[in-house]
Order: sequence, then structure tokens, then C-alpha cells
Amino acid sequence: MNNDYAIVASNLTRRFGKIVAVDQVCLEIPRAKIYGFLGPNGSGKSTTIRMLCGLLMPSEGEVSVLGLSVPRDAEKLRQRIGYMTQKFSLYEDLSVLENLEFIARIFGLNQHRRRMRIEENLVKYGLTEFAIQRAGTLSGGQKQRLALAAVTLHEPELLLLDEPTSAVDPQSRRNFWDALFELTDQGTTILVSTHFMDEAERCHELAILDKGVLVASGIPRDLSSNIDAIVLDIETQQPRRSRTTLEQAGFVKAVTQLGNRLHAMVDRGLEEPVSRLQGMLDDAGLVAQVQTTPASLEDVFVAATGFSNGAG
Amino acid sequence: MMFVQRIFAIIIKEIRQLGRDRLTFGMIIGIPLMQIILFGYAINMDVRHLNGGIVDLADTYSSRKFTAAIQATQVIDFVVTSDSAEGLIDRMRQGDIKVGVVIPADFDRRLVDSSRAAAQLLIDGSDTSIANIAAQLRDMRFDIRSVTSAQKVSLLEVRNYFNPERRSAVQIVPALIGVILNLTMVLFTSVAVVRERERGNLEMLITTPIRNIELMIGKITPYVVIGLIQVSIILAVGILLFNIPIVGSMLDLYAGSLIFIAATLSLGLAISTWAKTQFQAMQLTFFTYLPSILLSGFMFPYDGMPQFAQWLGKLLPLTHFVEMIRGIVLRGATFSDLWSSTLALLVFFVVMMSIAVLRFRKRLD
Repeated sequence: MNNDYAIVASNLTRRFGKIVAVDQVCLEIPRAKIYGFLGPNGSGKSTTIRMLCGLLMPSEGEVSVLGLSVPRDAEKLRQRIGYMTQKFSLYEDLSVLENLEFIARIFGLNQHRRRMRIEENLVKYGLTEFAIQRAGTLSGGQKQRLALAAVTLHEPELLLLDEPTSAVDPQSRRNFWDALFELTDQGTTILVSTHFMDEAERCHELAILDKGVLVASGIPRDLSSNIDAIVLDIETQQPRRSRTTLEQAGFVKAVTQLGNRLHAMVDRGLEEPVSRLQGMLDDAGLVAQVQTTPASLEDVFVAATGFSNGAG
Repeated sequence: MMFVQRIFAIIIKEIRQLGRDRLTFGMIIGIPLMQIILFGYAINMDVRHLNGGIVDLADTYSSRKFTAAIQATQVIDFVVTSDSAEGLIDRMRQGDIKVGVVIPADFDRRLVDSSRAAAQLLIDGSDTSIANIAAQLRDMRFDIRSVTSAQKVSLLEVRNYFNPERRSAVQIVPALIGVILNLTMVLFTSVAVVRERERGNLEMLITTPIRNIELMIGKITPYVVIGLIQVSIILAVGILLFNIPIVGSMLDLYAGSLIFIAATLSLGLAISTWAKTQFQAMQLTFFTYLPSILLSGFMFPYDGMPQFAQWLGKLLPLTHFVEMIRGIVLRGATFSDLWSSTLALLVFFVVMMSIAVLRFRKRLD
């Protein structure tokens, strides 16, 4: 098994009855990097993460995590990985400190290391003043910091974070990501799932999942430059009508409205796309300004999911 | 070392959570206290002003004086007068009266005849607490002339209808330890794993290095202590309020209780691995609770039950505990006398614990 990768998965598949939640997913996740899973709800992100940490049996496929075969050696992995559930899963009726003590004991930290690590993480994640407060009374951002503090107590080599920021305000999200980068600096590999484009953009590498299928993967910038479409920015006072006009053309694959602007994706092979679109809009009597623009990650996402998510 | 530490982590967590759950904490003390007092008094209290019926076939000076003497005890109020014992039984069947006194025509002669009882007391045995008054009335002295040898023998012959077995609080209260423990212990642990699932803690817990056996031992240990506290409460009330004599050794009593507590806790854990919700866990608990009460010999004499019911009863830990605790408390038996019930409880514990450990999966599917 290649030691450069923290996780290698091939043809990973999971079926629930007749539904295929994850379909033939192949992954190579490098060490000490933040690897993102981007996809809408129900795209198979959680199911994939759960299979990677041995919580769900794959219906098909091979998984190797930190050189160990999963699910066979899942128990051996427990001590080396940290998994943060989508929903807050520490004990709400225990205090911050009691929760951390519990986790530290369960992971077998001796008394000295337990005290040291808890103290470190309380400070690091700004929880010192809440130490004796019940976890259930914390805010969304505080809970999530507690969850991260708990999951990193035993200094795992690999962190699996399932939509960690979905219930958190933007400022807390920023702080959270700073903390993640600090962890990768120390050598921790992080796999994080999200449905936020801005978060996906921050990842070192990214996999886009749609309906259980891995539709694109790579470095975010490469994904943007390798997009299978030309992206055009259209500034107009009549965005709705402009959009209707553009969508009638067969070579326009998707149009996204951004306030008074539109992002249109057209076939890569289209000659002189700017003037073609400008002409269409002028002919329809619409005032608009068309120019090319680099693809955003959202464009990549729309293109990768077969333009089916482009509406809206 | 890690093994002990992880068990310890679960124990501390359980105790902390328990301490914060006021209602459950109250139940630990409240349930046994309430049950022993209610149960104990309902069974043991002096019965007064029971509706009764009388048939006086003698109708003599002494028979009338005898009737007055019974009424003077305030135990029975004669509300029905009949002319035959059959008439009284009919009224008893209809529920109008609980007891009946039949004074035979030759009452005066029977009074001086030590070989026969002077009169007959009919009792509605379907109501178990009524049976106790028989004992009170049988001991009643009736001073008709000067005290002769005749009064020293039984004045009343007790005939118990509908339930041939007569029981006393002394028999009930020790068994109550088992009945109360059986309810609270199974209930506590039957929700133990389900609660983790319902509150969303399970997914976190199963991704830690905790092993099944460690989780299960950690889950039951705090409740073993709670069970022993409950035993002490019931014993204290039993001794102070109901004068239950403890013939056997206290050590045996606690050791026996400990084994029973472990058995019931493990049953709860096994239930917990089946139930998907706390509601289901409680339903399953009561599903095992009712047969325990009915078939254990606590309510109905075990030896009187049909073979099939006896086999079923043998599967329940309460049956063995009732046998064991009555042996220790009332007959002064020791473990060497009670090895079969001890062994049965230990086997039950090991089987249920194994089911719980084997059935618990550190997976979501």
C-alpha cells in the first residue's frame, strides 16, 4: 500500500436495499492535507465517511486507511483516527470538562497526559471559560469547538469530519478552518465533508460527489481551469429575461443568476462565445455586457454534476 | 490497565448523568420506599370493619353473646343475616360480604367439647389480605362461663374458600425485595444503550476504542451499587415497620441480592440491544415483568402451579431469588442449602451478559 496516502479506496459501493448511496467511488487521499468532500445533501458524503471509519460495511470495494484494511482492522484504527459526527454527539448533560475527561479516559490517556491534553485543548479552542458549563447549554460554535477539542485529544493521525460547520456562524467557521490548517501543519490528515463552496475552496484537494458518484476530484484550482465548459459573465439589468433567452440556445449548458449578473456555461468547442452570446442578447433587445471569467468552484460543481444542478 | 480505565470512564459518566437526572434519581429511592410501604401495609395492616354475614343456628344466650363479642373486635360488621351457610357463600360470591360466621345448632355443646371447633369462619380467599384476619379471630378468647379447658382450644374452625393458601406479610416482604429490584434494575439498564442511540451519542461512542464487554460492565456497575442501596432501604423498612425477622445471615442475604441484581441488570442490557427506542425498551421490560410477578411464587404458590408454568417460572430470575431470599430470611438457609437457585441466577447472568456483549455492534448497519 502506498504510504503517501492516508486513505486509498477503490470501487467503494454501498447499497441500502435498492438505493445505491455510494457508487464505485475511488479515492486517494494524501497525508497531512485537508481533503474535501463536496456535494449536496444525499450525495453519499456521510455514507462514504462512515464506511471509511468502519461504521458501515461496504457492499463492494476495498478500503485502506493508514495502511490498515477497513472494516477488518477497524478496531485497530480507533486509536489512530478521530471521527466527528454531523450532529453533536457528546453528552449534553455533562460539562465541557467532564466530556473531555470521558473521551481522554476512553482513549486510554494516562493521568498526566490527560491533564496536559485537556488543558491544551481548552486553551486552544477557547473553552477555558466554559469548562464547567454543561455542553447542552453551549452555542453552535462552542459545541463544535468542543467536538473538535474532544476528537483531537488523543492526537489522531487522521480526522474524519462530517459536515462540521453546518450549524455554525461564518465567524466560527473561519476560526474552525484556521484550527484545521494548524492541525495539518502538525501532520494530521483531515477529511472534511461540506456543502459550502467557500469551504471546498479552502481544501488542498477536493472530491465532488453527486448521487453517490464521484464526478470530479483534484486540486480546486485545477478543477476550475480544467472545467469542461467556457464560463461567461453577463452583467444586465434584466437578468431573468436574459437568462430565459440564453437557455433557449443548445450550446448554453447552464445559467446561474448572481444578483444582476449571470454565469453562463457554454460548450468548450464554441467559437467566439462572447460575441455569440452578446449577439443573442442584443437581438432580443436586452441591455447586457458579456465577458469571459474564470470558473468558480460552483461552476465546476454545476459542470461536474452534468449541469443538472445549474437551475437556480 | 486500559481495560480498567475505559470501564472506569463509563462508570463515572453514568454516575454523573444519573446524578443530573433528578427523576431517575428520585425513583431509585422512591420506588422501593413507596412499594414496600404500600405493599407491606396493604398486606399487613389490621383489617377492620369488614362486611360480614352471620348464621346463628343455635340462637342461645351464649351464641348471641359470642356474636356480640366478635362484633366488639370491630373486625367484622355483620351486615347480612342468613339461615344457612350456603346463603352466606352465595352472598360472598356476589361480593357483598368478605367473611361469614356460622354458629352450628349444637354450639353450646361444642363450647365444652375440646375436640371440635365451636363455630365456623368462612373467608373469601380470593382477596388475599382477608386471609390474615382468620389468624386474628382464631386466637380470640371467648369467656362464657369461668375459664375452662374448653376455651383454650380453637373456638373457630377456619375454612378458607377460593384460595386454599394462607399467607402473611413475613412471607411477602422478603420476596418484595426481589419484585422491586426486578422492576427497577431491568428498567434502568434496558434503556442504557437505547438512550445513547436516541440522544445521538452512540455514533461517537462506537468510534472510540471502547470494547463491548467494557461498555457493558461499565453500564451495570453503578446500578449494582444502587441495587444494594435499594435492598438496604427495603430491609430497613421491613424490619422497622413490619417486624420481619431475619433468621439467616445478613452476608448471605446481601450476597444473594448481589447475584440477583447482576442477573436482572444483564437482562436489561440484553433488552437494550434489541430495542430501537426507549419506549420499546420499556415495553419489553414490562413484558418480562408481569410473568416474573405471576410465575415466581411471589403471588401464587410455585408448587401449586401447573408443570408448564413452573418451567416458565424457572427461566425467570425472580423465581430463583424468591426461593433463595425466603430461605435465607425465614428459614435461616445458607448458600450451601440454596446452591441450585444461586447457580441458576449465575447462569442467567452469564447468558444475558453474553447476549448483550455479542449482540452489541460497533457499527451502524
